[in-house]
Amino acid sequence: MDLDVAILSRIQFAFTVSFHIIFPSITIGLATLIAIWEGLWLKTHNPYYLQLAKFWIKPFAITFGMGVVSGIVLSYEFGTNFSKFSEITGAVLGPLMAYEVLTAFFMEAGFLGVMLFGWQRVGRKLHFFSTLVVMTGTWISAFWIIAANSWMQTPTGYKIINGKFEVESWMEVIFNPSMPYRLTHMVVASLITATFVVAGISAYYLLKKKNIPFAKKGLSMCMWFALVLTPLQAWIGDMHGLNVQEHQPTKLAAMEGIWPAEEANVPLLLFAMPNMKTESNDYEVGIPNLGSLILTHSWDGAVQGLKAVPPEDRPNVPLVFWSFRVMVGIGFGMMGIAVLALLLRRKGRLFENKPFLALVTLFTPMGVIAVLAGWYVVEIGRQPWIVYNLVRTSEIVSPLPPERVLFTLIMFVIIYSLLIGVYLYFMRKLIKKGPPSMAALEQQLIGMKAPGYALAWVKTLQHKELQTNEPQSNESQNKAQGDK
Amino acid sequence: MDLALFYFLVLGFAIFMYVLLDGFDLGIGILYPWFNQDDERDHLMRSISHVWDGNETWLVFGGVVLFAAFPAAYAGITSTFYLPIMLMLFALIFRGVAFEYRFKSDTSRPYWDVAFSAGSAIAAFCQGMLLGSLVQGVPTDVDSLSSLHWLTPFSILTGFSVMAGYALLAACYLFMKSRGRIQAHSAKLAKRLLLITILAMVIVSLWTVASQVDIRQRWFSGLNFLWLSPLPIITLVVAVLAWKDLHHHSIGENHHEGRPFWYAATLFLLGFAGLVVGLFPYLIPRQLTFMDAASPDSSLLFLLPGICIFVPLICAYTFWGYRVFAGKVEDYQEGY
Repeated sequence: MDLDVAILSRIQFAFTVSFHIIFPSITIGLATLIAIWEGLWLKTHNPYYLQLAKFWIKPFAITFGMGVVSGIVLSYEFGTNFSKFSEITGAVLGPLMAYEVLTAFFMEAGFLGVMLFGWQRVGRKLHFFSTLVVMTGTWISAFWIIAANSWMQTPTGYKIINGKFEVESWMEVIFNPSMPYRLTHMVVASLITATFVVAGISAYYLLKKKNIPFAKKGLSMCMWFALVLTPLQAWIGDMHGLNVQEHQPTKLAAMEGIWPAEEANVPLLLFAMPNMKTESNDYEVGIPNLGSLILTHSWDGAVQGLKAVPPEDRPNVPLVFWSFRVMVGIGFGMMGIAVLALLLRRKGRLFENKPFLALVTLFTPMGVIAVLAGWYVVEIGRQPWIVYNLVRTSEIVSPLPPERVLFTLIMFVIIYSLLIGVYLYFMRKLIKKGPPSMAALEQQLIGMKAPGYALAWVKTLQHKELQTNEPQSNESQNKAQGDK
Repeated sequence: MDLALFYFLVLGFAIFMYVLLDGFDLGIGILYPWFNQDDERDHLMRSISHVWDGNETWLVFGGVVLFAAFPAAYAGITSTFYLPIMLMLFALIFRGVAFEYRFKSDTSRPYWDVAFSAGSAIAAFCQGMLLGSLVQGVPTDVDSLSSLHWLTPFSILTGFSVMAGYALLAACYLFMKSRGRIQAHSAKLAKRLLLITILAMVIVSLWTVASQVDIRQRWFSGLNFLWLSPLPIITLVVAVLAWKDLHHHSIGENHHEGRPFWYAATLFLLGFAGLVVGLFPYLIPRQLTFMDAASPDSSLLFLLPGICIFVPLICAYTFWGYRVFAGKVEDYQEGY
């Protein structure tokens, strides 16, 4: 069999980056939730917030660890597998990645130790500060990575000298035309992902009638978040789509399955099998003109189709088309759940409706799947270009012996399959174990370094526990939450 | 100062910080088989579980500085050493996840012990091999991407030497962070490793000057050796001082528990300085100098304020992080 090193390297990169992206898309959101809970605990002294923070910090830690080890691989793969690419774009992408490490990576790593292990070594305010720093680190990290990725999608601010990119304006490189949309879309996506992870596990506890007050708090909060975040994401996504149409029309045509060089009265396709050989769609089912309305915000607006560019400049259309539908479908599913939660809440049945709880449990991993699908739209949609319209992916691969890349690819598949298995096994174990009991939290004397604090805290805790044991005050607590 | 030279120094600093910091935590994994009981291994793991992540970040930083400031060297080195780098990454994956999973495991604990220990040892060995084959030089012919030029007797020797050095750092770190049995055991191991490390440094140095003409000339032409002689002399003095501290402990007289670690770190600094003296100004020996590999000024200038502001800041909060967990490991036995 003839092995092609370019294909192998691309499969390897696609595989390792897909594996990696699972973890940051959870940790960015989860770090934010943990910071919110810890902050609320400091403010209200409600021990359930502390319980939420203390429980979710464990899944956060193993997820973060997986993100770290798989991320280090990526930072070297640019060079190992795509040496030409790193040579010609190093002057642009290198500094962006260096800034990521300087302003985010180190910060997360430096304060993570205190966040995880420092509960009894530093005061509670300093601990909260560490949590905030870790959270901010994950955001800043997203900022630089998305800036670098967006530049490859919509390159600006550069000149090419002797076949290599040089920067003319760093402002234009960083804040390139698609960057703001891509960044907000990604950050909100990971907030939603984490929200549904927490909601899903909370719903699971409620179904199993375990850790009930803890799970109610988690589910209720997350459904409020989802109610705000999912429509926001749809709006951002729409704007992002318009931006893609402006700067990467071929990608947009692949997302929507539009073949003619220019088409007006574009339908919104609900189902179709794009066929790259016949350059048309099989089994097309669509809503007339809705595509034009969404894409151009006018009833009969025209957009550029795939045939506007030669076949060798088109991405894999079915992959992009279907990934896009998976992402959007999950997004609307999530929005539906958030609305359903609101309706059930008004009837006071949010925590009792079993089919609803089962549905939310089912949605635990959906955020991750949507993020992956979204990235396939972005990355496959950009092909055959690595830097859009400037550098082809096929031109930048290291001239390695194919067997060598095949060997590492097989190793990655084995190791990562093992890791994801282990990750899920330990996640399951943590979830089965459940949150630390109030008694355990009490014994840990959080914030021992602040003198006199611990005793007072234990007293408040006992007071609170008495209150929450009465069903009436439980309801008033839910109300107080609703006011927030 | 010349921008390219500045980045050459930053790169050197990043590599040194990595070797020093991840050196001792990789070393803990290398020493693992010499500590048998479960609670001893717990202690070893706990001593670094809050810092390993930050330490490993220096590896990423070294990589991206090379990528940003010297893209040609980054492309050349990483693709030429494809297999050893990939092996190192696989090893680092295993040891990295072992931190998270070992403490949460019951039945699978022995596997995580192996993953941590073997991962650390292999990662250290690959780094040593990379260093050795870089010193030997990369073949200029087109086959450099497909040959096994990085697998030579010399690079295998440097692989084991780096392992010994990391283990020495780790033994000295443990000596500082523990009491009683573990401390006594670390002192004993540190003494042995000190001898092995010095021996390895001598052999590697002699082999290098014997086989590499340009490095030999750098060291021995004219009065150069006179100027450079402090390097080997101070190395020996520091080694003797470290030995004394460790030895005094075993006869119950030592109160400087942190000192051997700093001596070991100094040994690394001196060895590193010797290497840079031999290779300057090459990034890929005899092929690519840092001047030739440098990015355009627009990129170097853009990154400059970032380096000047954040590197000192990173050092400050890293130091603070170590301070929070200062003292013996027993004193902060708690998970999260």
